[in-house]
Amino acid sequence: MIATQIEPTATLAQLQETKPERVTIVLLSGDLDRAMAAFIIATGAAAMGMRVTVFFTFWGLNAIRRRGATSSAKDWLRRMFGLLNKGGADTLPLSRFHFGGLGTKMMQKVMKQNRMPGVPELMQTALDLDVRFIACTTTMGLMGITKDTLIDGIDQFAGVTTYLAEAKKGSVNLFI
Amino acid sequence: MMHADVKLDTLGYFCPMPIILTSKKIKELALGQVLEVVSDDEGIKKDMPAWCETTGHQMMGMEEEQAKSGRIYKAFVKKTK
Repeated sequence: MIATQIEPTATLAQLQETKPERVTIVLLSGDLDRAMAAFIIATGAAAMGMRVTVFFTFWGLNAIRRRGATSSAKDWLRRMFGLLNKGGADTLPLSRFHFGGLGTKMMQKVMKQNRMPGVPELMQTALDLDVRFIACTTTMGLMGITKDTLIDGIDQFAGVTTYLAEAKKGSVNLFI
Repeated sequence: MMHADVKLDTLGYFCPMPIILTSKKIKELALGQVLEVVSDDEGIKKDMPAWCETTGHQMMGMEEEQAKSGRIYKAFVKKTK
């Protein structure tokens, strides 16, 4: 094998600031592709030494719900909603080409064949890299999602001001 | 051929796994040691220098090889902190 030298784009590495740069991501979508993008950015940023916060709201909450978990909301309407709206990181549908589950199944198969991590694996990696998860309490209440039906490792149950306090100091703030 | 103290095989992994595995592996090295990251994801050519620039580790260089399965990239990173 002949090895050829290629010029790296950045040769001189600069010392990282003592205060880490901050990244915030709002995950509103419960789609597989969008959740994947969010977690790829989150894990990538965390690996670069940035402090990352993911704020889960509306359908995005489905990513951090336990699979098959029901709702223990007080009123039947919200309990029903929590029941009909299926959660679980491995059950997220594609935003396009879902085809009643067939398209998503195919995508998951291709991903597995190519050793690409799925949403559950990426999410676990994010937690391992100390990415902070915040669950939006307002939408949790609205959608009949209760704390006991979410995965372990949620850093905070909070609202918009907690997010904004973090985003204000962030150099990268994304809404997915 | 560049010298490396530790080798990390990330063949078959796509972005962001090679970088994540690198960020984990570099913690096991002593200061001044060089980590060789082997990948077949072309993105590493740009991603590894960018990661080094952000984290402060030193990008020593990169090598490209033609293997049976396709092109292989070897990034050499020196632990500086």
